[in-house]
Amino acid sequence: MSKLQFQPCCNRALLSSLLLAIGSLAAMSAWADATADLPVEIAELNAPPLVPAPITRKTPAKVVVNLTTEEVIREITPGTKYMFWTFGGTVPGRMIRVRQGDTVELHLKNLPSSKVPHNIDLHAVSGPGGGAPQTLIAPGKDATFTFKALNPGLYVYHCATAPVAMHIANGMYGMILVEPEAGMAPVDKEYYVMQGDFYTPGAFGAGGLQPFDMQRSIDENASYILFNGASNSLTGKNALTANVGDKVRLYFGSGGPNVASNFHVIGAIFDKVYTEGGLKYQEQVQTTTVPPGGSTIVEFVPKVPGNLTLVDHALSRAFHKGAIGIMSVSGEEHPEIYSKAATAKAEH
Amino acid sequence: MKTATACFAFVLGCLHAADYVPIAGGTLRTALPLDGETVPVAAFQMRSKPVTNAEFLLFVLANSEWQRRNAPTLYATNAYLSQWRSATDFAPLPPNAPVTNVSWFAASAYCASEGAALPSWTQWEFAAAADAVRTDARHDPAWRAQILGWYEKPSVESLPDVGLHPANIYGVHDLHQLIWEWVDDFNGLFVTVDSRAQGEQKVLETCGAASLSLGDKENYAVLMRIALLAALNGQDSVGSLGFRCVKPAQ
Ligand SMILES: [Cu+2]
Repeated sequence: MSKLQFQPCCNRALLSSLLLAIGSLAAMSAWADATADLPVEIAELNAPPLVPAPITRKTPAKVVVNLTTEEVIREITPGTKYMFWTFGGTVPGRMIRVRQGDTVELHLKNLPSSKVPHNIDLHAVSGPGGGAPQTLIAPGKDATFTFKALNPGLYVYHCATAPVAMHIANGMYGMILVEPEAGMAPVDKEYYVMQGDFYTPGAFGAGGLQPFDMQRSIDENASYILFNGASNSLTGKNALTANVGDKVRLYFGSGGPNVASNFHVIGAIFDKVYTEGGLKYQEQVQTTTVPPGGSTIVEFVPKVPGNLTLVDHALSRAFHKGAIGIMSVSGEEHPEIYSKAATAKAEH
Repeated sequence: MKTATACFAFVLGCLHAADYVPIAGGTLRTALPLDGETVPVAAFQMRSKPVTNAEFLLFVLANSEWQRRNAPTLYATNAYLSQWRSATDFAPLPPNAPVTNVSWFAASAYCASEGAALPSWTQWEFAAAADAVRTDARHDPAWRAQILGWYEKPSVESLPDVGLHPANIYGVHDLHQLIWEWVDDFNGLFVTVDSRAQGEQKVLETCGAASLSLGDKENYAVLMRIALLAALNGQDSVGSLGFRCVKPAQ
């Protein structure tokens, strides 16, 4: 049995970490003074595809975010169940919306009913691990982590507990929007959609309660590629809705763990794509690529009524693995833009 | 409840002395390589089953300082034995289910009372590598998938009895598919809690032990054990976390 031994390097490191600890105590009290006067807000967290309301504040606040980690069995496609590991019980996890310059106090609670430990790494954090080291929690425990949202943009958050690919493959991701200080232009409809890949021994829709398939995950051989964690989360009665002429904004991300999205909306052209979730936009885009752990913000205006179809335009994923969603558009026909009836064939 | 009642009547006689089985030891290809990818594991004896509620009751009756109303919070949070009806009654939990919601300090004290200790990580990992016919079944995808399945089942309020899973080649039951288990050196494992850290950063974060590069990367069941242990403090208690003990080889 091997005994743990202090290496010479480690003694030095221990000493320096002690000094660091003393330094950071001083830093912490200075920080506490700086944030003491901030107004405190409890973040509004909505289940996807809903988005928290735009921020109207013009000054920084301390935003308290209460997130849970929950392991839930739910249908991945009608007739087939899967044990999802989630933030807040949904895939993706609740969307967080803050303003650039806000101080975010994140409380993460791992429900006692959980089987495994979890934590959170937010890509909006500047600092090693993105919050993961501070938030690793066993079932029944909670942790608090505070960071300042320095950079505006749309950022993925995810669980980073070993084995990390399994935690993400089970659905442990979501997004945090850091609005720029100047705010965002108002739109008529905002929605929150994330793509993720899932791995089961059975093929798509095989039935029963399907377990996670480690080998298929390592081989990147997905059984399901889904929007919002189920093949029907954005179809039928769950379809997104908009009216003709609405300005629509989609906050779209890829949870992965392995598969990048080729995001396209059949029947629409993106007026603006805030590429990779950043501040600059491209115009007149048909399809945009979103890597795992990445995001995009797209804006478009439906011109005529009917169903628009959200897909991963690597189309086998849409038609065989579930990456499909519907936006149902109502309003007046505009035949000058789109003639609904097929042109009559010439008769002989 | 019958067993418990019997125990009150015959405190000394009702439970057999815990059953320890010999484990020959050898070379372990470890998921936590501290110095190289393998570690020598000396021969030892391991409890064939996790410690049960009935066994732990006898311990707290004989050692009242470990009853939940007495244990100082430094050694056990208020989750300690919180599912028990009282400090000396494990109802509604079954007597032969593994005791859980015990802190590392309480588990260590229990093992000491039995002339034993908590296993080291490498002892636990060595014993847990075996299935019914092989001392190391970890390369077998079917076996790995079978033990991985437990982690995806929701936690249950009332755990099944110990000993229901077939023994492994050493005669040890329930190393998988029943509970998480404490190990003696859990806080010396120094797994960086960020599972993706590599190289330099990892060495710094994990000083005190050697750097960690998770070995056995495809054994997700063991990686989850390591992650759980890394999430714990010695006074923590978790509803699915119990323990067993080891003794030196005879
Ligand atoms: Cu997780």
